[in-house]
Amino acid sequence: MRETVTLVVNGMSVEMPAGSMVSAAILKTGTHAFRRSVTGEPRGPLCGMGICFECRVTIDGEQHCRSCQTVCRNGMDVRTDG
Amino acid sequence: MGDARDLLVVGAGPAGMAAAWRAAQNGLRVSVVDDNPAAGGQIWRGGPPEATVWFERIRGVDVDVINGARVFQQLRPGTLLAETTSGVRELSYKSLVLATGARELFLPFPGWTLPNVMGAGGLQALVKTGLPIEGKRVVVAGSGPLLLAVAAYLRGHGANVLLIAEQASSMQLARFAVGLFSKRSQAFELKRQLKGVPYRSSCWVSKAYGTEKLEGVTLFRGKKSYQVSCDYLACGFHLVPNVELAKLLGCDVEPGGVRVNEFQQTTLANVYSAGETTGIGGLELSLVEGEIAGLAAAGKHDAARELFPLRAKQRKFADLLNRTFALCDELKHLSTPQTIVCRCEDVTFERLQKHTSWRAAKLQTRCGMGPCQGRICGGAVEFLFGWSAESVRPPALPVRIDSLIRK
Repeated sequence: MRETVTLVVNGMSVEMPAGSMVSAAILKTGTHAFRRSVTGEPRGPLCGMGICFECRVTIDGEQHCRSCQTVCRNGMDVRTDG
Repeated sequence: MGDARDLLVVGAGPAGMAAAWRAAQNGLRVSVVDDNPAAGGQIWRGGPPEATVWFERIRGVDVDVINGARVFQQLRPGTLLAETTSGVRELSYKSLVLATGARELFLPFPGWTLPNVMGAGGLQALVKTGLPIEGKRVVVAGSGPLLLAVAAYLRGHGANVLLIAEQASSMQLARFAVGLFSKRSQAFELKRQLKGVPYRSSCWVSKAYGTEKLEGVTLFRGKKSYQVSCDYLACGFHLVPNVELAKLLGCDVEPGGVRVNEFQQTTLANVYSAGETTGIGGLELSLVEGEIAGLAAAGKHDAARELFPLRAKQRKFADLLNRTFALCDELKHLSTPQTIVCRCEDVTFERLQKHTSWRAAKLQTRCGMGPCQGRICGGAVEFLFGWSAESVRPPALPVRIDSLIRK
């Protein structure tokens, strides 16, 4: 069986295959708005490769982390701002 | 600096890996630095079977691969700074290969900022890194061969790919099909994988709709529009090279990519560039350019020369590719006055329209001055208004304040 990791997204526990990105875990929980834009629009991942910065969220208390470039770890605490 | 490595390669995609392998084979001390958590670049994200030979080649030589490190500044000539989760690293080198790859070109249209509207490669990257896509309805749109590869990949992972909307005309595509003759086994395989998925030419998304997230798209073809409900829109208009670091270092950059000579050498003597960074051309061209750059950096010019015919052949294919998927002018009129062009600063089309240059627009509207530093809207304003970015100033990417004020 493939190894999995369990992290927490907005208080909800989610299990992901090891090596998954945080962005995928967030979408898996049914959250699509990762943040609000400067005029208050909901936004989610666009480029999937660390360039657009639309997928940024708070990870373990650190703000503005690009969720598409961050690998899921056990016990990680992820907060979206959408 | 005494401990400078012989060669630093920025970018661990196909071009970077090929350069590193050839240079290390010829005795250079080589490091490869990459922003992503694992090597392979975008195309080999997740280490697909066809990349195994290259991963093994890299493992078979002495190359130091530094992942999760984003190069953001030049400390002094010969030393770059990269931010990692554990702080800033100084990377000193005698020679440098810039293999920073490409990104998708995004064009604004009403609703393109909604969650679940993503790049074609963007959605594929998410699925490769854990997003369940089984049973989801996906529209793939935009332009370029990437659309076919992405649609096949998503379908292979259980997605319900509703259609592929390609902006190029059937006439353009027919020319390309003839040119594909040399790659026909790949083409047939794609055709098999996409059996039953409509591939529409001269077709594009004119609107994405939904409230908090995407609910569907309006497609435009000929003179007709029709709506399709979907969960995801995977939309990208071919690729543009990542030239920011090259510009920051002072290399000459032409409209299609970083300027290089026959040995993939930039206008800076000890800086080489290979792969999509020097012009969009696909995997095979990236590999051969990478090999040439690695050999040239190691002083093996005769060996590099032997690869010139292969590169010439791949370049011909690349030229055909870029002609085929040239963007049609109608796409310039997708935005309404209220459509956001710069997503970081929420700058609308009508606010930009008043200006005559990228600089003026930047100063007045902050277009291109947000976290992405114009990487997303830059290609769009170039296509829409003909403006191009004049210079790149450090830091090339947003970094933590600690990374800038250390020491």
